[in-house]
Amino acid sequence: MLTCKQFLEELADYLDGELAEEVRRELDGHLAECPNCWVIVDTTKKTLQIYKGMEARPLPPELHARLMKALQRKMTQPPER
Amino acid sequence: MKSPEAVPAPVSEALDEAAIVARARAGDPQAFAELVERYERQIYRLARHITHNDEDAEDVLQETFLKAYENLPGFQGQSKFYTWLVRIAVNEALMKLRKRRSSKVVSLDETFDTGEETVAREIAVWEDHPEEQYSREELRRILEEAIDSLPPLYRTVFVLRDVDELSTEETAGVLGISIPAVKSRLLRARLQLRDKLTRYFKRKQEDLFAYL
Repeated sequence: MLTCKQFLEELADYLDGELAEEVRRELDGHLAECPNCWVIVDTTKKTLQIYKGMEARPLPPELHARLMKALQRKMTQPPER
Repeated sequence: MKSPEAVPAPVSEALDEAAIVARARAGDPQAFAELVERYERQIYRLARHITHNDEDAEDVLQETFLKAYENLPGFQGQSKFYTWLVRIAVNEALMKLRKRRSSKVVSLDETFDTGEETVAREIAVWEDHPEEQYSREELRRILEEAIDSLPPLYRTVFVLRDVDELSTEETAGVLGISIPAVKSRLLRARLQLRDKLTRYFKRKQEDLFAYL
């Protein structure tokens, strides 16, 4: 019988669907009987869903402007020999 | 006559990007500017997560795109353009860290053992759509603060794998660490974030009675 600690060690691969069928079945068996691990799986899935939709914050305009200025300088300078 | 099938969005985006990269390689500055606009936010976020310093992150952002421009003729298109950029950005960010802590060699491949067990401390049911309780800005602050509180090596792996959605192999490649190292850090990062977010997203006490 799998312990919760053993279950958690496999959690990332379990969520990413990267486990052999046999191991997966064993984990499913543990999950059906362990409410705590069920909650952990559910809340970790939600964690990943929320982060996947997280857009990066737009750059402050002055930071973007400095970047573009540096690039323009680079683009107009003759290539080094 | 058979109607033309729609090209799936990711494929069409990839084709679109390949065309922009080709134009940039041919010396079209407008095309390179489009690539900058497309990825500057993600590169800056990654640089901030690695360096934990706004000034360093800005330098990393600039250096990354300047080097990308310089080395564009060498980009063969075997990896995604973003993955190629990330590799440059990670190297630049690590150089920054080395300069700041000159006495200590910094690598993302350091043997990293915090002695932490794989544990979940907070076990509580969450709301069905917990993110909907917060405004977009509040949510972003909560999520970013949670990432910022992770150890640096977990942070970088998590952002690349779960936010930017690089594969395990790509993440290992750009960070120069092994696949098992990516997996073990990712697992711990996910569990720690889940723990931290539970205090914001758990179901309110009164709603628990809905189960009874």
